[in-house]
Amino acid sequence: MQLVPCPWCGPRDDAEFHYGAEAHVARPSVPADCSDAEWEAYLYLRRNTKGPFAERWNHAHGCRRWFNVIRDTYTHEVLASYKPGEAKPDIGETDRAQKDA
Amino acid sequence: MNRQTNRFAPHPTLGGGRIDRSSPIGFSFDGQRYSGYAGDTLASALLANDVHLVGRSFKYHRPRGILGLGAEEPNALIQLARGNRSEPNLRATQIELFDGLDAASQNRWPSLKYDVGAVNSALHRLFPAGFYYKTFMWPASMWMTYEEVIRNAAGLGKAPEGPDPDRYEHMHAHPDVLIVGAGPAGLAAALAAGRTGARVVLADEQAEFGGSLLCEDDIAIDGKPAADWVAAVVAELASMPEVTLLPRTCVHGYYDHNYLLAAERVTDHIGAVVPNTPRQRLWKIRARQVVLATGMLERPLVFRDNDRPGIMLSTAARGYAVRYGVAAGRKPLIVTGHDDGYRTALAYAARGAQVVAVVDLRPEPKGPLVEAVRQKGIDILAGYSATGAFGGHRVEGVDVAVMTPDGSGLARATRRIGCDLVAMCGGFNPTVHLFSQSRGKLRWDDGLDAFVPDRIHDPVGAPQASVGGAAGTQTITAAVKDGIKAGLEAARATGSTARQPAAPKVEEPGSGEHRTLWVLPSEKPVGHQGKHFVDFQNDVTAADLGLAAREGYRSIEHVKRYTTTGMGTDQGKTSNINALGIVAATLGTDIPSVGTTTFRPPYTPTTIGVYGGRNIGKLFDPVRTTAMDAWHRANGAKFEHVGQWMRPWYYPKAGETMRQAVDRECLAARNAVGILDASTLGKIDVRGKDAAEFLNRAYTNAWLKLGIGKCRYGLMLKDSGFVMDDGVTTRLAEDHFHMTTTTGGAAAVLGHLEEHLQTEWPDLEVYLTSVTEQWAVASICGPKCRDLLAELCDDIDLANEAFPFMSMKEGTVAGIPARVFRISFTGELSFEINVPRRYGSALWNALMAAGEKHGITPYGTESMHVLRAERGFVIVGQETDGSVTPTDLGMDWIVSKTKTDFIGKRGLSRPDLMLSDRKQLVGLLTEDPTEVLPEGAQIVAQLKPQPPMVMLGHVTSSYYSANCGRSIAMALIKGGHGRKGETLSVPLAGKTVRVTVTDPIFFDPEGSRRDG
Repeated sequence: MQLVPCPWCGPRDDAEFHYGAEAHVARPSVPADCSDAEWEAYLYLRRNTKGPFAERWNHAHGCRRWFNVIRDTYTHEVLASYKPGEAKPDIGETDRAQKDA
Repeated sequence: MNRQTNRFAPHPTLGGGRIDRSSPIGFSFDGQRYSGYAGDTLASALLANDVHLVGRSFKYHRPRGILGLGAEEPNALIQLARGNRSEPNLRATQIELFDGLDAASQNRWPSLKYDVGAVNSALHRLFPAGFYYKTFMWPASMWMTYEEVIRNAAGLGKAPEGPDPDRYEHMHAHPDVLIVGAGPAGLAAALAAGRTGARVVLADEQAEFGGSLLCEDDIAIDGKPAADWVAAVVAELASMPEVTLLPRTCVHGYYDHNYLLAAERVTDHIGAVVPNTPRQRLWKIRARQVVLATGMLERPLVFRDNDRPGIMLSTAARGYAVRYGVAAGRKPLIVTGHDDGYRTALAYAARGAQVVAVVDLRPEPKGPLVEAVRQKGIDILAGYSATGAFGGHRVEGVDVAVMTPDGSGLARATRRIGCDLVAMCGGFNPTVHLFSQSRGKLRWDDGLDAFVPDRIHDPVGAPQASVGGAAGTQTITAAVKDGIKAGLEAARATGSTARQPAAPKVEEPGSGEHRTLWVLPSEKPVGHQGKHFVDFQNDVTAADLGLAAREGYRSIEHVKRYTTTGMGTDQGKTSNINALGIVAATLGTDIPSVGTTTFRPPYTPTTIGVYGGRNIGKLFDPVRTTAMDAWHRANGAKFEHVGQWMRPWYYPKAGETMRQAVDRECLAARNAVGILDASTLGKIDVRGKDAAEFLNRAYTNAWLKLGIGKCRYGLMLKDSGFVMDDGVTTRLAEDHFHMTTTTGGAAAVLGHLEEHLQTEWPDLEVYLTSVTEQWAVASICGPKCRDLLAELCDDIDLANEAFPFMSMKEGTVAGIPARVFRISFTGELSFEINVPRRYGSALWNALMAAGEKHGITPYGTESMHVLRAERGFVIVGQETDGSVTPTDLGMDWIVSKTKTDFIGKRGLSRPDLMLSDRKQLVGLLTEDPTEVLPEGAQIVAQLKPQPPMVMLGHVTSSYYSANCGRSIAMALIKGGHGRKGETLSVPLAGKTVRVTVTDPIFFDPEGSRRDG
């Protein structure tokens, strides 16, 4: 039901998209150099932010492109949308859960 | 047919209501025939016929009448129509009357007047708050028995058993301004917005626009009756090309970013199927701006036995008189803490009813309305409580008494006043449901004694406004003014610069201070005599709420679930605030600290059909068929679903069982020629200068040196190290590959590859295109398949040396341009012939015709599974479940040791993936060769008389193999690779099967048949 701004196609209903979880989790360039703990963190450990959160979306039923969105997971405010490879906009990512606590 | 004895004669100046007395309509209720008029609802028509008793209550089976006028109605729930069109739990107050309407009451047996379940009312001490939780928690094993009895006794209507014969559709709308509610505020907003040229949608749940104005006779706008203003505004709106008017459309869900759902009742009021017209239509509306003009809902008063038929909301009683010309009673008594009750007294008095008294909770009511009632000579009992009602199937009177000044008790003895209608007014709640669904924050307004919208939730610049009653506005004057302002502002935000139209001049009665009492005092405290209903639909009383509070429930969300207050199909529209007031009073706190429950969509019950729309039956999910589908159907194939594909499962001949057909197909494939429609395999065209490097990273084995025209099997892992797909990929050119995937995994594989290309390796120049649908594939196998192909193909040398295993040649087959692959999923000599899809049928027919003399036998997916299992080939998704590694499958041979990286390589060296007691793929042979194990069966080493036993693993594939002459099975078993030769047990219902662990290869272990 949310409007997701695809950097190529513009705002579209979220039904057109596939959600890709946390953004900027780069695949290690030399996986063999990773310790077990580092590889586990790359595979499985993701933040569960309540608040502004950089996340990946794929316009699966549109242009099929991946891109990044900074979205508040609590209010659903969309703060930014940018292409892969572009620098992450400087938006303070505060975890509301920590703030609440 | 009964006469409409309760219809008021048309009034000389006030008129006769908005019904058409020249259009009588016949209908039936509980089998009895009645008549009403066009413009009636079922509720108004029943009241016109003096039918007040319309249902039995949910728990106590108490006789119930009509309480409200619209969506808020908790009592008058109706089962409409019969057969598969029957619909339960409809509110009589919202059902438009049509000729032949067939309505029935609910929750009564054997009849509405003599209901056996009413004994529950006499046994009420057995049904306290939290009754289910207290009574049926023990023993837990009996719950299923209890539940069945309870479901039968405490039911609402009955759902039809067959499929819904009606059609439903979906519409999308993207208005600049969506206005919800076409009362005075909504109409004014629509007019202001519409005149700017903005794209406007105006939706109202009622058949007629006008909202409360349709039910009042004391309001003039611009010197004319309010209805004239409504008609003029609607006419102007209808003339605007960018304005869409949606009557009979309930906006019932408000979701993120101004996305709203509305259900339009397109033909329900006609009562017949209209050609080329859906019954209902779901509007999916993404609005730039939303104006909520949803009005207010009146609160009942809580007093002893306030549920007697004939006791209704004051605005409802007035609405029946003014809008429908119906006397809900000839001797009305008003009980009110609000001036609004006086308007009802005046409306009835003007039409000749004998208003017996106005019982006013306020000690000193004053103001023009009070004066007007006084001048009519109507008795005003100021500072009085209605201590209780009496009557059975119809209210007969009310006990009244002077209250103590604080309203907590009685100052004098009661006296009884006879009446046949009680109109009660406990105040008004803004209809904040949609506002709250949109996550707006509410504020308790001490002046109104109600929650009003405070702050909207607008994270993405998709604003909304609440206007009129929905915002707590008290007068029509203010509602219209605010509506104009909101409509204009909404349109301006979309770019229009139009000026504000002038607000019309509204003349309406002024209103004084009100008084709110959550429970009216009686001689005895609540719970000691009679019942003080708060939630009429779920039979929750003030005593129940008090008990819950005394038992320690503090959060209103818990009180709600414990007592079930507000949990009926009406979602507590008339009860929630009264319940909050009573709980707060019992706890000695204020309402804001008790909080409010969450409003969730839908605002009113909505048919499942309208959500389904056309996405049912064949349109529920696409069905994909191959180019050869017609041949399969014509030749008696049985089909199975593989993802969205329909694949031939097996081809039984006359009289054959499935087992016989599969045995025959499997034998033919190894002894003559078998032919399989393999078109459904996923196919991805991989192209670009870095294509080989990309495949090298995507698969576990090496790809850089694959020769042009050569094929290679690949196993695809996730970075976790677990198997996700497999398939054969062929190099068509230096920079061009043809990849195949499993049938079910094609979309996921494409997504997986695209994701890595876009997000991890954007430096690689590779282009992926799904070509699954572009190719039709016939796979032929068996010792005679080379002879068969040779007859149809003269431009490819089919000799083993010229066309070796795992290579591809382009040529023509049966005159059709083809790519022929020498790959095999059966272990037999095999050719997979790929042709453009449009030639698929021609290719298949040519192969079948030429193959007849070779005994060509089409086989389906079942035989394909058996044939590959005989050779120990895995199927991803059958032998794997997302937690299986290549090592587990015994497929280390395909995992490169020399490549520095590929997707999954690092994952494979995680400690847990290298344990020796992981579940590993093995073969199983049963002691009895005819015994076929069920797939999924658990395997144990130590058998015990009964579970639990230590489970070692489970059977992944199991078949009878005609080629082996016995049953075969594959299984994932802990440490399986080290268990070969062991005997294990498979406990099944009623028996245990002994099995021997083997290699998972059962036929031709040397692979000698591959080259023919």
